[in-house]
Amino acid sequence: MDYVSPVIEYAELSPLFVVFGAAVIGVLIEAFAPRPLRHVLQTSVAAVGVVGAGVATVLVGLDLAESGAGRGLVGAEGSVVVDGPTVYLWGLVLVFSAAGVALFSERKLEAGVPVFAGAAATLPGSEGEREASTRGLAHTEVYPLLMFAVGGMMLFPASGDLLTMFIALEVLSLPLYLLCGLARRRRLLSQEAALKYFLLGAFSSGFFLYGVALVYGYAGSMDLDVIHDAVSNGSDDRALLLLGIAMLAVGLLFKVGAVPFQAWTPDVYQGAPTAVTAFMSAATKVAAFGALLRLFYVAFGADRWNWQPMMWAIAILTMLVGSVLACVQSDIKRMLAYSSVAHTGFLLTGMLGVQSPSALADGEVTSLQAVLFYLTTYGFATVGAFAVVSTVRDANGEASAFARWVGLGKRSPLTALVFSFFLFSMAGIPLTSGFVGKWAVFTVAGASGAWPVVAVAIASSIIAVYFYVRYIRLMFFTDPEPGRDGVPEVASVTVPSPLTSVTIAVCAIATLVLGIVPGPVLDLAMQVGDFVR
Amino acid sequence: MFLMEAATEIPVVDPGSADGIFSLVWLVIALPLAGAAVLLLGGRFTDRWGHLLGTAMPIGSFVISVLMFLQLMDRGEEERQVVQELYDWINVGSLDVGMDFLYDPLSALFLLLITGVGSLIHIYSIGYMSHDPRRRRFFGYLNLFVAAMLMLVLSENYLGLFLGWEGVGLASYLLIGFWQHKPSAAAAAKKAFVINRVGDMGMAAAIFLAFTLFHSTSFREISAQAGGASEGYMTAFGLLLLVGACGKSAQFPLQAWLLDAMEGPTPVSALIHAATMVTAGVYLIVRSNFVFERAPDAQTVVIVVAVISILWGAVIGCAKDDIKKALAGSTMSQIGYMMLGAGLGTAGYAFAIFHLLTHGFFKANMFLGAGSVMHGMDDDVDMRHYGLLRKAMPITFGTFLVGYLAIIGIPPFAGFWSKDKIIEVALGHSLLVGACALVGAGVTAFYMTRLLLMTFFSQKRWQKDVHPHESPAVMTFPLIALAVLSAAGGILLLGNWILHWLEPVVGPEAHPELPLPIWAITATTLVIVVIGVAVAVVLYQRREVPAVAPTDVSFATRAARNELYGNEINEGLVVGPGRRLVAGLFVFDRSGADGTFMGGGAAVKGIGTVLRRVQTGYVRSYALSILGGVVVVALAMLAVNL
Repeated sequence: MDYVSPVIEYAELSPLFVVFGAAVIGVLIEAFAPRPLRHVLQTSVAAVGVVGAGVATVLVGLDLAESGAGRGLVGAEGSVVVDGPTVYLWGLVLVFSAAGVALFSERKLEAGVPVFAGAAATLPGSEGEREASTRGLAHTEVYPLLMFAVGGMMLFPASGDLLTMFIALEVLSLPLYLLCGLARRRRLLSQEAALKYFLLGAFSSGFFLYGVALVYGYAGSMDLDVIHDAVSNGSDDRALLLLGIAMLAVGLLFKVGAVPFQAWTPDVYQGAPTAVTAFMSAATKVAAFGALLRLFYVAFGADRWNWQPMMWAIAILTMLVGSVLACVQSDIKRMLAYSSVAHTGFLLTGMLGVQSPSALADGEVTSLQAVLFYLTTYGFATVGAFAVVSTVRDANGEASAFARWVGLGKRSPLTALVFSFFLFSMAGIPLTSGFVGKWAVFTVAGASGAWPVVAVAIASSIIAVYFYVRYIRLMFFTDPEPGRDGVPEVASVTVPSPLTSVTIAVCAIATLVLGIVPGPVLDLAMQVGDFVR
Repeated sequence: MFLMEAATEIPVVDPGSADGIFSLVWLVIALPLAGAAVLLLGGRFTDRWGHLLGTAMPIGSFVISVLMFLQLMDRGEEERQVVQELYDWINVGSLDVGMDFLYDPLSALFLLLITGVGSLIHIYSIGYMSHDPRRRRFFGYLNLFVAAMLMLVLSENYLGLFLGWEGVGLASYLLIGFWQHKPSAAAAAKKAFVINRVGDMGMAAAIFLAFTLFHSTSFREISAQAGGASEGYMTAFGLLLLVGACGKSAQFPLQAWLLDAMEGPTPVSALIHAATMVTAGVYLIVRSNFVFERAPDAQTVVIVVAVISILWGAVIGCAKDDIKKALAGSTMSQIGYMMLGAGLGTAGYAFAIFHLLTHGFFKANMFLGAGSVMHGMDDDVDMRHYGLLRKAMPITFGTFLVGYLAIIGIPPFAGFWSKDKIIEVALGHSLLVGACALVGAGVTAFYMTRLLLMTFFSQKRWQKDVHPHESPAVMTFPLIALAVLSAAGGILLLGNWILHWLEPVVGPEAHPELPLPIWAITATTLVIVVIGVAVAVVLYQRREVPAVAPTDVSFATRAARNELYGNEINEGLVVGPGRRLVAGLFVFDRSGADGTFMGGGAAVKGIGTVLRRVQTGYVRSYALSILGGVVVVALAMLAVNL
């Protein structure tokens, strides 16, 4: 057999190359640049990488060729698909990565040092940790780690075959496991979270890989379009395919935090440094949902009568468990984690709205567009909310316990107002982006006949309003109880550097604008067209 | 057969676009609206000159209206409808409503009436309200009313009409309760507002129905498509419009608010509750002729409502000692005549509008005259305290006399021409309806003569320390102007001008078969009127009028004094059940709804607390839950395929 050199579409894949290139340069800087220079160099390289990739993404997006029902091409010998949805998701991941870079390089909150541990290898509470702290050491490895994760997140929804998808899953996950364990404060909690995330992530990756093997056994190929053909032709051994779909679903549903695979979410969201949580909660969800949609629409779309009932059940469970458990939390980060679980349920509801194109009226929102729009709205609100959480602090660092937030509306009205606004958006109150997003996913799901799921979704939304509004009441309409020495033990807002404030402001403006004039972004989501096989 | 023929000639609203002077249509509304904004937002800074600005604005609108009217007269009949599309008002989904103004012969007449009579009443109010510390606010509200009323008659679609409809309702509420320190005024304002809500519900439902049927609220669209809708739908549409019209025009059974509305300052009663706003219902029905012509059943209901209102209002007018309430009863009755005309279809539309205009003149005239009397009598409204005022107030008396002659229908005064025509058409429609209209005319003559005699003739029954005097010129000038109009308003019928003028809107007049020759009908009417006058003269001029209303009176008088128990009927039919419903809902809300939500909340928390225990923090139990999930997912996939 002759060796044929692979064809790589460098132009179309350039965003990936820019991001991975920036990551590799970051590793080199870590190895060769002197310590004092590293922070400046690393942040610049990361910023240039994200912005450059963003520009490249826009250029690629403007230049996509028509192809079947959508626009784009299958590149890198079938392993990477650059089509409309891919470009949209790339853009979204890069926007949230830019927020991530900004939040990672925030140094004002911890009085001149980063929010990451000074020396992660030292034992918490040991001599070495104290020394690292007094010397003002900082881990600048977080930037290359971030860039690798971003690269993985971009590759994940663009994968054209199962193997690439698995590789991308690992590339995005491993740096995140590490980042979660790097908190400067409450390091034991952070390390515990990282370890749990790693163990459970590895466990679920195993299922994913097993699913890959089963589906390969059924279809005889890793390529999504070949699998599609095999599924459409419907050969005899259905059990192999069904179990394969189940195993693949488990791997992806774990990443998006769907019930019953959500157990890690609250622990990891709480333990990880808040900057990492902000980035991870938005960008991971974008990437994982992109992959989920591609896998289930492209490869298993012809078989959707078989997997939809399972997804119905998962969506219903996820929304209910997420909302109900969010009601009984006493920690703001855990509350947001469960809220993110509930949002996963809403996104799955949108995914259930898939219909054959012929059933859609001209100009009607498809489920793909609804989910893409929802991801946009959810991402901005979540990044903004976690960024606000990182600024509310007391003597022990971030104060994420509910009790500390009591009466914040009187002490820092602007911060409390902006935070309430993000909560309103997550609750889906009109004039915020969350309302439009919810409306979009509910209508597509309703239109495809998933009425029971929509009914549960509306019920969960009502439960969700309860816990969001409870928080707002706590901030604005409750007076703090006096503590032991007569002074209330409450947190106050530390004024962050412009990096964080601008991030919060951009998220708030995006949330507002998408709520009032969602048209342009909805149109953009419309124009991405369908997945290309 | 007659209806079928007519149906083919129902005109379609098909206007050209506004150019030349017509492009100023928007300004007619904008001027008073700006006046209201300046006066209400400007606060005390505008106190000194506010009333002058407030008066100048409707005069400005009047000037534009006259110019446009002259221009419209010059045009050929085919080109007498213009529309100005100002901007896209509402555009969501398939609902597309423009802020469009339709200027056609019908709205042209209304513009003249509203801005003309409105200007006169503004001038009058300068004198009438001169001692009121809140005069500026009063003019602000008046301007707001004028703007809303103009919006009502100019809008090219039902939604814009509804905007004006609600606007006049708001202004009416604010002005009835203008003397808010009086509990009776506050209560009357609330009553008017609440009863009008009932009518507005019908109006809103009518608009919903229009949108469902025609996907539009525009007169153009609906008049073009109405032929395609079934008669059942058109009847429902017409009846819903009628409910709205009854509320706004104080027609049976939604009439109870009008008499209480007299708590407002008298210029308000003249402008809003006599000349313009209360006639909006008639406008609505005439404007919707393309609906009613296709719904004969709805037309019949209009006629029934109109006849009941004519007699009901007339009976109330006979028994009231409060001069304004007697006039209010008369207003209800006269609007009944207009409704009757409108309900009679193509034969009556033009006469309904004709009577609406003449009534606007003479009733505004008489209300302002009543205000002038009250001004001289220290705001006393009890006619039993009046008497022999013709000597003390010659100008007021003279102008009032003209109005009186006009309303009872003595030739050649305006009311004779307009009312006579309606009675004629009613007789042509059915003998019963015509007879009722005739009886109404007789009763009208009776109660108006009673009012005139008790006020200006008979004997002095003035209270102590009251020194009646003539009002200042700023108040008598509008009286004189309106008296001239009341005397000469019949000129509009000269050569059947108004019929031809309104033809592009309501179609050519149908000539019903009359049971008697026209001269005989006119003679009969006049005889009946003279009988009514004579009875009143015998009862009130020859005999002494007690200064305190006697109590040992017949059941009929008591009933009439109590407004024929309209309030009690409303109380029994609407308020009582309404109260019980609300009480029931309250109990349900407390036990059922609150219970559900409180209980639901507690249940959610309880479930949450239980579920929370699953979150042990041990990674082994998390892994177990994932494994469980895998089994469940796999089984679910396989189960579906079995």
